[in-house]
Amino acid sequence: MKKVVQMFVAVFLVAFIFVYVTARINSLQGYSGANTLTIYNWGDYVDPDLITAFEEETGLKVIYQTFESNEAMLTKIAHGGTSFDVVVPSDYAINKMREQGLLLPLDHELIPNLEHIDPRFLNLSFDEGNKYSIPYFWGTLGIIYNSEMLGGKELESWEDLWDDSLRNQIILVDSAREVIGIGLDSLGYSLNDTDPDHLREAHDKLKELIPNVKAIVGDELKMLLANEEAAIGVVWSGDAALIIEENPKLNYVIPAEGSNVWFDNIVIPTTATNIEGAHMFINFVLDPENAAINTEYVGYSTPNRAALEYLPEEIVSDERFYPGPEITDQLELYENLGKRMLAYYNELFLEFKMHRK
Amino acid sequence: MDNRTRNMYLIPYGLWIILFVVVPIVLVGYYSLFDIDGQLSIVNYKRFFSPVYLGMTLRSFWYAFLITVVSLGIAYPCAYWLTKTKHKQLWLLLIVMPSWMNLLLKAYAFIGLLGTYGPVNSFLNVVGVGARQILFTDFSFIFVAVYIFIPFMILPIFGALEELNPSLVDAAYDLGASPWTTFRRVIFPLTISGVQAGCQAVFIPALSLFMITRLIAGNRVITLGTAIEQHFLVTQDWGMGSALAVFLIIAMGLTMWITTGGKRVS
Repeated sequence: MKKVVQMFVAVFLVAFIFVYVTARINSLQGYSGANTLTIYNWGDYVDPDLITAFEEETGLKVIYQTFESNEAMLTKIAHGGTSFDVVVPSDYAINKMREQGLLLPLDHELIPNLEHIDPRFLNLSFDEGNKYSIPYFWGTLGIIYNSEMLGGKELESWEDLWDDSLRNQIILVDSAREVIGIGLDSLGYSLNDTDPDHLREAHDKLKELIPNVKAIVGDELKMLLANEEAAIGVVWSGDAALIIEENPKLNYVIPAEGSNVWFDNIVIPTTATNIEGAHMFINFVLDPENAAINTEYVGYSTPNRAALEYLPEEIVSDERFYPGPEITDQLELYENLGKRMLAYYNELFLEFKMHRK
Repeated sequence: MDNRTRNMYLIPYGLWIILFVVVPIVLVGYYSLFDIDGQLSIVNYKRFFSPVYLGMTLRSFWYAFLITVVSLGIAYPCAYWLTKTKHKQLWLLLIVMPSWMNLLLKAYAFIGLLGTYGPVNSFLNVVGVGARQILFTDFSFIFVAVYIFIPFMILPIFGALEELNPSLVDAAYDLGASPWTTFRRVIFPLTISGVQAGCQAVFIPALSLFMITRLIAGNRVITLGTAIEQHFLVTQDWGMGSALAVFLIIAMGLTMWITTGGKRVS
């Protein structure tokens, strides 16, 4: 018995010493509450050189942590116990965070560089007046295809995916709203449709697509398409750019019937301890030159109009990744349809996945 | 050692059981009684008896059954052969070693191996069979699942075979039994406990496989595990996810009961 107690005491003692030493090291390196800035972002979603430049300019120490999905990020922030100063959620997640009161309003006076953001990307439905968020990167959902593998065939619309010649050639992304959205868009319905009959119709139409679907996967999709495992993929434009960089034979198209347009946005959550530093960081990344450097590194599309001048012409003029307003006006943002509707979308998606060839 | 000290030693284990076995199961049961809006209801159980979830359950059982049968078919001869080899420990180590590796890594390795341009298809091309789709098929799913689970089938069978008294086998031969009869009437019945343990160790986790249903089967195989994952991570419908988990727990309990022949587990 004595030994057991001794062991417990020893373990606690060691743990305590570790905690103390870590705190001590952090404070020695300048990582203490007041002069640090904790960024919670997607993996590899900011140029590390920019962070270094920001640290040099402001004297703040940046701690960069990453998440893999909006849901994971939401859970972590909602549970508290974290001290994230800057977070980069997607549009629909901002809606949820606002509902749950997890966001602090932005002080626009501290972010003069806001003026560089293209006005067509401001005042969006998920945050009118940009009270809480500023777009960081944006993109679309579309079709990436390898026309060499399809005997020179070109794709233009969602409807093209149903072609009999494309047996077993399509890889879909494993996400309910995206896949059900293909059905809705091809039928001419809104991506935010909540009419159960329309959704059922979309599901029935998607059922016909099954013979053409090779797999429904997650992030592996990039690797599979770059390796020519299949000729067609339904992907987000940011991923498409990365895939094309790897395998230039692939081409990306925004389907003619319309599609989803998405935004990842910078926000300050209520967990922030360094609100002033957070504003400084936001203003820093919105600086046109910095935004251009960041865009070249990340490879997604920037909403910063002034930054376009600092970017190579062939990137900016690429209509696939920088579609003009005549195209983006046709695209839809995902609205927060509520938990119940989202569950219904997922139920239909599950049913879709259950169908056998 | 007096009784009191012995009871003291039980405390850590007791706490462990309560915190990590009893409480989670109770919580799963509790959550399953709430619908997506957080209202107390049995709607989740009603939904379970809809064609979608019943179909999914049937399919989960079917695939878990196939995985178990194939594993057993390979494992039994393998374990038998192991008992006859010289370097038993070395061979056992080689069989167990793959299970030390991270499951995700193994799954990714299989994506590369079984892909259209992977070594397996290159080989098929060379021998003149021609490349074919292997990845994202039922075959690849069962193959990889068997690969993952087979050590858990081999080990208990090997243990049972090792304990088998060889003089019983000799006696059977002396009394004129053919090798097949000896196996059927002597060896197999005496090692049935190992087979049961192995089948449980494979069938039960196979029922709730998820990850590899996406990575290897490309979501062409949907099991209850996949649905639970989706309900917890995407839909945030913890109630439905929990209800499915309750059914899995019941199914697993039944499996244990059936494979032990309805007798109490000794």
